[in-house]
Amino acid sequence: MANTENTGKWGMVIDTDRCTGCMACVTACAMENNIPWTGEEEAGYGRGMHWIRVQRLWHGEYPEVKPEFTPTMCQQCGHAPCEPVCPVFATVHSEAEQINLQVYNRCVGTRYCGNNCPYTARTFNFFDHEFPTPMDFYLNPDVTVRRRGVMEKCTFCVQRIHKGQEKARAEGRPVKDGEIVPACAQACPADAIVFGDMSDSESQVSQIARSERRYQLLPELGTEPRVTYLKGGGYYGG
Amino acid sequence: MAADAQSLTDMQIARYEKEEDPRQHLMFDPRPREEMNRMVLEAMQTTTPRYWITVGILGLLVALLLFGAWGNMILNGIGLAGVRPPIYWGIFIVTFVFWIGISHAGTFVSAILRVFKAEFRRPFTRAAELMTTFGLAAGALYPLIHLGRVWVFYWMMPYPNARWLWPNFRSALVWDFLAITTYLLSSTIYLYLPLIPDLAMARDRTEGWRHYFYMVLSLGWRGTEAEWLRLRKAIGIFAFAIIPVMFSVHTIVSWDFAATQVAGWSSTIFGPYFIVGAILSGVSAVITILFVLRSTMKNMKYFIRPEHFNALGKLVLVFSMSWAYFFFNEYLLHWYGGYKVVRDLLMHHATGPAAWIWYTMLICNVAIPWLTLWNKKIRSNPTAMFVITLLINVGMFAERYTIIPLTLGYQRFPFNWGQYTPRLTEISIVLGTFCLFIFLYMVVSRLIPLVPVWEVQEGQHAHTLRKVGKSEVPSVTELD
Repeated sequence: MANTENTGKWGMVIDTDRCTGCMACVTACAMENNIPWTGEEEAGYGRGMHWIRVQRLWHGEYPEVKPEFTPTMCQQCGHAPCEPVCPVFATVHSEAEQINLQVYNRCVGTRYCGNNCPYTARTFNFFDHEFPTPMDFYLNPDVTVRRRGVMEKCTFCVQRIHKGQEKARAEGRPVKDGEIVPACAQACPADAIVFGDMSDSESQVSQIARSERRYQLLPELGTEPRVTYLKGGGYYGG
Repeated sequence: MAADAQSLTDMQIARYEKEEDPRQHLMFDPRPREEMNRMVLEAMQTTTPRYWITVGILGLLVALLLFGAWGNMILNGIGLAGVRPPIYWGIFIVTFVFWIGISHAGTFVSAILRVFKAEFRRPFTRAAELMTTFGLAAGALYPLIHLGRVWVFYWMMPYPNARWLWPNFRSALVWDFLAITTYLLSSTIYLYLPLIPDLAMARDRTEGWRHYFYMVLSLGWRGTEAEWLRLRKAIGIFAFAIIPVMFSVHTIVSWDFAATQVAGWSSTIFGPYFIVGAILSGVSAVITILFVLRSTMKNMKYFIRPEHFNALGKLVLVFSMSWAYFFFNEYLLHWYGGYKVVRDLLMHHATGPAAWIWYTMLICNVAIPWLTLWNKKIRSNPTAMFVITLLINVGMFAERYTIIPLTLGYQRFPFNWGQYTPRLTEISIVLGTFCLFIFLYMVVSRLIPLVPVWEVQEGQHAHTLRKVGKSEVPSVTELD
């Protein structure tokens, strides 16, 4: 059953001028996607698991400093460096959504994809992490709980994309712009993250992505990221 | 009495060297066939209590350090190793590349020197080939050890399954898997072929379980003309065929890195650079092991002489220079290319907090061999060569450490720059494979003739001292 509504090229725009670095997106992402808490010691060692992180860089000399926040997650590259290196096809390109997906049950844990991701967007389950009660009541039934030894990363909340599409199909209408919102965009109090269908030139995300403030991360690598960043306009707090 | 004969040999060789007598060379110092057979068998069958204690301790260490720590890691998670994002590969992969490098020694020394008819190779081809096999055995464990889920490792192999799923042939890891399996198989056959006549020799001169053991392994070898003809043909084919396999293996190992987009890895020069490094570390390891064999096994001083250290020392010097050339090339082109990420990375290697590893690499791989190996006296001194070659392998380990975790730690986002410290589990497993290598080598050194007797005898037949007037002139007959 070929569904035309399934061929959306999903994309995201992040306005770094609006980002306040509040980390709401990081928290929302962890709750939505069953990302485990690795604990103080592990996180301190650099093994904290996040599918999205807020990179904070300082500009200027003290005391005249300005922070710059760049929320960074998997860029869902069109030419993804992680895909060809996996020996078992655990990291694959989804034809319907045009995003990169990780097949947790297929992953053997060579971590080659993690090395080859220029955005270092992938996180690895070094141990089996428990969700202590009552935290396990928060677990999202739509998302796999990963075991140790597998790689994982941002999926653009693919479960929400599917839910939105199913709802629209049940009601016999196309998916409306802004109907599907990933957890990070939903949680962002500054509306810095906008998500939508890039193949629809009238969608909000397409319009914003045409802004002259647009840039992409590491464009010289030719990875064709699906995430566009905005920078250089008005400055909102921070 | 045997001990007397041993020290007599030493003194004699020392005297020959002083007098520049051609008999200082093994090829010009023949012994009767039967005596030589007896010497090799004696070396193989003599076991001292010290030998058994060492083997016992090594076996225990392998069980504990390697399999114990690995088992514990499988039970608890790969997190017991120190790797962390973005440094996903650490000392496991470093040691993997190290062992695959060591394994180049056997083929290089044996096949290339055989093809080029370098006569000095004769007494130690087998010692080198054994290093290939055991180096691969130790190295091939690492792709399994470092997996997050080792219990499904077979998903990386092409095998028929209900879902028609193949491994991803675009992934360098699959090439790697195929290359290493090919090399392990072909190098084992290449080790076995020249072994057959020696096994038959041992079969005819032993009793009890050894007799049966060699009877099975020697495949009924009788030494007829037809058998020799076929054996030579097979060895000839394998010697030529295994050389491209050897070159391909380390090239493909280098593609694990070069085929990525990681800054500092994505380099077209990595293939030859890795091969030269592998041969440098491999030939050095041969020298290290020859010294150990010479000083621990009976009658080895007759077979392994200063001339062999001298000849291999020259090879090491040449490969140290080639390695330095590639190293320089790598820096020059990246400097010229001007890509900021790589330039910053290379600066970090030389000036960052782990710069001591970089300097260790340069001192051990370049400074030490260049300053010492030009000198024939040093090259002919087994103890000095032991120390030098050991240091070269320390340097090569440092090279791989610089290339793998230190490069991964300084990629395009300064946000998560950093280093990683190997943890106890990792260090234990690394030491465990070193113990495994020595353990296997020690056990097999008492099971098969470590010196290819027939090759030495063949060489000695071809080398004669002819009297021309009053002086003796060395003369060599061309074989085949």
